[in-house]
Amino acid sequence: MTGAHAFTQKHLLGMEHLSAGEITTILDLGEHFLQIADRPIKKVPTLRGKTVINLFLEPSTRTRTSFEIAAKRLSADGVNFSASSSSTTKGETLIDTATNLDAMSPDIVVLRHAQAGAAHLLTKHIKAAVVNAGDGQHEHPTQALLDASTMRAHKGKIEGLTVVICGDIDHSRVARSNIFALRKLGARVRVAGPRSLLPLGIESLGVEAFDRIEPALEDADVVMMLRIQLERKAGSRFPNTREYARVFGLNARRLALAKPDAIVMHPGPMNRGVEISPEVADGPRSVVLEQVSRGVAIRMAVLYLLGGGSDATE
Amino acid sequence: MKLRPAPPESNLVERSEILDGVGMARVLRRVAFEIVERNGHDAYFVGIRTGGAWLAERMVKLLVEGGEQRPDLGAVDITLYRDDVFHGLPKPEIGQTDLKKSIDGRTVVLVDDVLYTGRTVRAAMDVLADYGRPRAVQLAVLVDRGRRELPIQPDFVGVRMQTTAEHSVRVMFGERGEPDRVVLRERSGP
Repeated sequence: MTGAHAFTQKHLLGMEHLSAGEITTILDLGEHFLQIADRPIKKVPTLRGKTVINLFLEPSTRTRTSFEIAAKRLSADGVNFSASSSSTTKGETLIDTATNLDAMSPDIVVLRHAQAGAAHLLTKHIKAAVVNAGDGQHEHPTQALLDASTMRAHKGKIEGLTVVICGDIDHSRVARSNIFALRKLGARVRVAGPRSLLPLGIESLGVEAFDRIEPALEDADVVMMLRIQLERKAGSRFPNTREYARVFGLNARRLALAKPDAIVMHPGPMNRGVEISPEVADGPRSVVLEQVSRGVAIRMAVLYLLGGGSDATE
Repeated sequence: MKLRPAPPESNLVERSEILDGVGMARVLRRVAFEIVERNGHDAYFVGIRTGGAWLAERMVKLLVEGGEQRPDLGAVDITLYRDDVFHGLPKPEIGQTDLKKSIDGRTVVLVDDVLYTGRTVRAAMDVLADYGRPRAVQLAVLVDRGRRELPIQPDFVGVRMQTTAEHSVRVMFGERGEPDRVVLRERSGP
C-alpha cells in the first residue's frame, strides 16, 4: 500500500455518501488494527486524551461493546450512555441531550437511535464528530464496513462477487448500508424475502429482488441472513415464524445451491431455527464470529480517521 | 505544542552526497559486525519501518554472507505511537509490526536510517514495551545528524554529522526503486 489515506469526512453517517476509495481506505486500515487483538498488550496510545461518548438510545450489546473496546484499544476515554440510564427517559430531547454532552467537549459521539436521520441531526448541533451506529431503518455503516472487510478477507476482493441478503429487508438498516457499500465496490447484490418485507422499488438501489430464497442463492459467493425485526412489528407481514423458517430459513440443503465455497454471514442477533438453522450457523462456512472480531478493528479504523481529523487542519 | 513541519520536498535541493551505494554497504557491514561483536548471537535486529526495516534486513543478510549465524529479525511500525500523529501530518500509512519471536529477555537492537530528534526512537521503544520486556535495547543508525530533542543516544553509528534544521538527510533505497545513496539536502530560497 502506498500514498496517504484519502479520507476527508468529518462524520460517518452512512455508506450512501462515501466513495469506493474512502470505503477501501477504512477497510485497509481495519486490516492493520486487526493485529492489535493478537498482541500481548491490546492497546496503542494513538487516541490518548480523546473522549468518545457512546450514546446508545436503542438496545444493543454487540455494537456498543465493539465501539467501547475499539475506543479503549486506541487509548481513548470512553463514556457510555444507554437509553434506560439517560435523561431521555425523563423527557429530554435528543438535541438537548447531545448539546449537553457536547458541552463536556467530547471528540467523537457514537449514536444509536431508533429514528432515521438522528445522527445527521446531531451533526447540526454539536462540534464533535458523529458516528452513526444505527439510525432507525436508515443506515448502520460500521456493520456494512465490517461485512465488507470479512468478505474481502475470504474472497480477495468484493468486485464481481454475488452477495445475497435474505430476510427482513424492509426494516433493515444493515441491508441498506450493505447495498450501498457493496454496489460501490462492484458486487452484484440480490435481496430475498417475502414480498411483504421487500421495500417497493428496492431495485432502484441497483439490486435484484427475489421473493423466494432458492433462485437467489444460485451461484452466490456470500449469503447474508437477517433477523426478522419483531420489535418493528415485522411479525404482521407473514403468517408465523414457523412458516417463515420453512420457506426462507437457511439450512444445509438450501446452502448447497450457493457456490461450494460460499460463506454465510449474519449481523446478529441470530434467531436460530428461524432465519438460520443451527447446523449452518455453527457450520464450517459460517463466518459470524469473524464478523464480530473484524467489527472491533473496523471501528478502530473509523475512530482513528475521525479522531484525527480536527487537529490536522489547525 | 510547537510544531516543526518538515520542509516540503519540492523546496529541497541536493547539497552533497554523504554515501554512495558502495559506501552505504560498507558502513552497514561494519555496523552489523559491531553489533554482533558486542552482543554475540543474542542480538535481535528490529528495524523501524520503513527505512530501518530495510537496513535491518540488509544487515542480517550481510552477517549471514560473512559466515555469522543468522540473527533474529523483526520490524516495528510506529505510526500509532507517534506524538505528532494528528498534528499537521496527512493521514499516515500504518505498517505492520512484526515480532514473531518474543523479545522477552533479549537484547533488541533497534535499527533506523536517520537519527534526528529522537522522537521516532522513543515511539519505537513504546512499541517494544507493548510486546514484552527486553533485557536491553540498543540503537543502531545509518546516519546521526544531531539536533536531538530527547535524551536518546545511539550505540552504533554509521556516519555522524552536524546539520541544521534547514537540512534534510535522505536515505535512498533500492527497495524503493532508487539507487542506494545518502544525500544531504537543503532548503532552497526563502
